[in-house]
Amino acid sequence: MSDQRIDENNFEKISKTYQPKPNYVLNCFKAFVVGGLICVLGELLSEMYIHWFNFSDEEAGNPTVATLILLSSLATGFGVYDKLGQFAGAGSAVPVTGFANSVTSAALEYKSEGYVLGVATNLFKLAGSVIVFGVVSAYVLGMIRYIWSLIF
Amino acid sequence: MTKLGKQTWVYDNPVYIQASATAVGPLEGEGPLKDYFDHVYDDLHCNEDNWELAERALMVDSVHRCLQKAGVDESNVDLLLAGDLLNQNVTGNYVARQLGIPLLGMFGACSTSMETLATASALVSSGYAKQAMVAVSSHNATAERQFRYPTEYGGQKPQTATFTVTGSGAALVSTKPSEIRVEAATIGKVLDYKLKDPFDLGSAMAPAAWSTIKTHLEDMGRVPSDYDLIATGDLSAVGTPILRDLLKQDGLDVSEVHNDCGLMVYHSDQPVFSGGSGCACSAVVTYSKLIEELKNGTYNRILVVATGALMSPTMVQQKETIPGIAHAVVLTKEESS
Repeated sequence: MSDQRIDENNFEKISKTYQPKPNYVLNCFKAFVVGGLICVLGELLSEMYIHWFNFSDEEAGNPTVATLILLSSLATGFGVYDKLGQFAGAGSAVPVTGFANSVTSAALEYKSEGYVLGVATNLFKLAGSVIVFGVVSAYVLGMIRYIWSLIF
Repeated sequence: MTKLGKQTWVYDNPVYIQASATAVGPLEGEGPLKDYFDHVYDDLHCNEDNWELAERALMVDSVHRCLQKAGVDESNVDLLLAGDLLNQNVTGNYVARQLGIPLLGMFGACSTSMETLATASALVSSGYAKQAMVAVSSHNATAERQFRYPTEYGGQKPQTATFTVTGSGAALVSTKPSEIRVEAATIGKVLDYKLKDPFDLGSAMAPAAWSTIKTHLEDMGRVPSDYDLIATGDLSAVGTPILRDLLKQDGLDVSEVHNDCGLMVYHSDQPVFSGGSGCACSAVVTYSKLIEELKNGTYNRILVVATGALMSPTMVQQKETIPGIAHAVVLTKEESS
């Protein structure tokens, strides 16, 4: 207990001292390993599509991403991905599998409100902001690149 | 009924708990109180099609079991005071539709358990109801989807988060003498010490619990040791030490008698972050173990302080802070019955 009397004005600051400290180093390590393993899996899938299914290096990207999305959605449906997410944090949130999880989990959650007003309306409840900022930033960068090419 | 101070009611015309019952989900059924619960569902869906129906099944179950234990037919219950965490209090409303008992729906977030008990006792004590049923419920999945994210979403939560208890607790109060008497209640003020983190509600509620406990002790002219147990609702491992230190500043040492229902309902190695929360947290602990311990004489007088974080996702997104509230009810063992 601190010597200072806790009151309304200093509560926010003092309450922080009671909170368990997140282990940033361990969290970063877990995120690195799990995120890295997901990428390794993607790399293996990509190699598989190139060597066994005669895709070119460039073409192999799409089936690889589709497979990862499928695997992530299945893991979400079987109730595994949320546990992985709690363990790995950003490691499982950042790759495409995290995006798939946010869409699939919403689809599952709102099925009870019907396919139109439930699933379809809420499908991008979490992922929507990612799409909006993805499209907007792509447009802005595209414009910058275009103007750049006109000047130089 | 006597009013002491500004916030405390003493039920002069004695009010008793005739019976209480609890129904809980699978994780609670694996916890330390598993033998105290009346029914444990081994499926989080409670054999229903969706989460809201599952929560409703829990409340129906606890109310029916309570009526059965009391040996009272629902047609003889004058009033149902029910609440839950869902928008428009849907669980309480739809359960009341099924029961046909006149309803007072109540909301005080997780403090609803003692809000309903205090109000029901006041109405019974003053004669507006002969027998009143109180019931509250919460469900981990309905709370997750309403207040946070879809249940299967893989976002990481911090250790300060709490885990909403899946369950429902019900109790029947009347003036007919029984082993458990409702002696007094203190109605809490809304306190907001300007915390904003929806994943740390224990800290946000601690000032409200402090205010209610301090006021209660002052109004009643009592000290913490007058109680065998002071049980807060869901302050969790983070809010509990804050409350104890806040009270210590006022010379009130509760460390010997204080415990938190959020810490009692789960084993510390269960995956529940810093502890249990939700309307059902204080209800399933009070209406099972605590009532049982009063009956068998382990406790003679306890104070249950149900704590509620009046958190709304919309308000949090509008950068508002999270207010807290706490209501306290005194339960005593009645020797003469």
